[in-house]
Amino acid sequence: MSLLELRDVEARYGEIRALHGVSLTVDDGDFVALLGANGAGKTTTLRAISGTVKTSGDVMLDGSKVFRRTPEAMARKGVAHVPEGRGTFATLSVLDNLRLGAWVHGNASPRDLAHVFEFFPRLYERRTQQAGLLSGGEQQMLALGRAMMAKPRLLLLDEPSLGLAPLVAREIFGVLGQMHETGTTIVVVEQNAMLALSHAKHAYVLETGRVVLGGEAADLRQNESVRRSYLGY
Amino acid sequence: MTNFIQQIVSGLASGGIYGLLALAIVLIHRSTGVINFAQGEMATLSAFVCWTLVDHGWSFWPAFGATLLLSFAGGVTLQAVVIRPIQNGPLLGIVILTIGLLIAFNGLDTWIWGGAAKQFHGPFSTAPIRVGGVAFSKQDLGVIAVALIAVALMWLLFAKTRVGLGLRAAAVNPVESRLVGIRVAAMLALGWGLAAVLGAVAGVMAAPSLFLEPNMMQTVLLYAFAAAVLGGMDSPIGAVVGGLLLGVLLNLVGTYVHWIGGELRLATALAVILGVLLVRPSGLFGRTALRRA
Repeated sequence: MSLLELRDVEARYGEIRALHGVSLTVDDGDFVALLGANGAGKTTTLRAISGTVKTSGDVMLDGSKVFRRTPEAMARKGVAHVPEGRGTFATLSVLDNLRLGAWVHGNASPRDLAHVFEFFPRLYERRTQQAGLLSGGEQQMLALGRAMMAKPRLLLLDEPSLGLAPLVAREIFGVLGQMHETGTTIVVVEQNAMLALSHAKHAYVLETGRVVLGGEAADLRQNESVRRSYLGY
Repeated sequence: MTNFIQQIVSGLASGGIYGLLALAIVLIHRSTGVINFAQGEMATLSAFVCWTLVDHGWSFWPAFGATLLLSFAGGVTLQAVVIRPIQNGPLLGIVILTIGLLIAFNGLDTWIWGGAAKQFHGPFSTAPIRVGGVAFSKQDLGVIAVALIAVALMWLLFAKTRVGLGLRAAAVNPVESRLVGIRVAAMLALGWGLAAVLGAVAGVMAAPSLFLEPNMMQTVLLYAFAAAVLGGMDSPIGAVVGGLLLGVLLNLVGTYVHWIGGELRLATALAVILGVLLVRPSGLFGRTALRRA
């Protein structure tokens, strides 16, 4: 059964229409990559799902339409959104950032914190530091760790590899793979199509605010136009 | 020497009041960028409420507690009803609205209680208490104690509780806060409620020595601004320390620099504002957010 379904979702920023009717489905337990050029509407699609942009059209969770799509309401429904640029709380400590991840569950449990620190020992070393002082890679780890604290059903990630060294980017995707194996459904927007397609199960290609292609990640890797436009060979 | 110590203690007492009001201003400013010019008049209104309860036969501390509760409810309501509708408008519009509120509350006080100054009998006697040859006023010591307790409780709330974490997060990054599920609108209303409570403590503690009348807190508000600027507009601890420092400084300058005396007290505070803005615009404790490039 599909965990998430978008039906003909449109979104605009003022006069500018960013989504021209996006429809897609994400199965429970799926790992979906959204590909596309700059301005294709990938980020806006994530924002439509998490309620951070005004949209028309239907967003369905578990087969029923969500009417109140504010970010805080979506967070309560188990949607965690890690926006581009990590979006940590710069002046709060690493520990406070992680605690905030568990906000919808009440107080952060020590077990969940320990679990995150197991994945990211670096965060434990830096737990009392201000989040804004972390390196780019550490901030991305913190953003992921915070999302783990929320124990989301649906994790939305925007450009998790942006500006990171290839090794760190692979590490991040390795963690995503493990979260996926433990049952988290993931939708990731990623410039590095090769990296995304090698981890995702399914993928959609967006162009000028519409879905133009979708299917199994493995098939898309073989697709002639995807190869030429996004994989570059 | 005795006089010097006495001046410091009474400076700390008035400084505690400046600090409480400055803290109220900083709490709202750091979360929304709004300077609430009505903070002083809100405090005066709270003091009037407390006075009325005492006048109706309540003893002081229950009346004080009830006043804090009412002030909290009032602050939350004010944010939800008056501020929230224009929350996303230009900042200047909100600030000007708070100036309108200042005038409205001042008028409301005069309308209900009249303009004549009222004697407000506080919980602490003005009798002196002698410690090693130095006489302190019990009232000064009481005010200092109440101010410190209020600040400590506020610190505990912000640093040690979940809701405090939510308040801090909403102040730092409202967009991100909503993504983790924090109801930022509720946090902002809560912030106004807490600011109103701090103001109420300041107003009720100031009333016995200032005489209660509708304009009572207007100069105190200016001192509170000076304290907030001195400590750093975004630093809660800075607001409190700035208030205490300012109170002591004004007292000492007023006592020992004879050409300043009592008349130039306010001018001295404004000189502090100007000096801080020239030398260290972020204040003693203010910091520009650390962020790696």
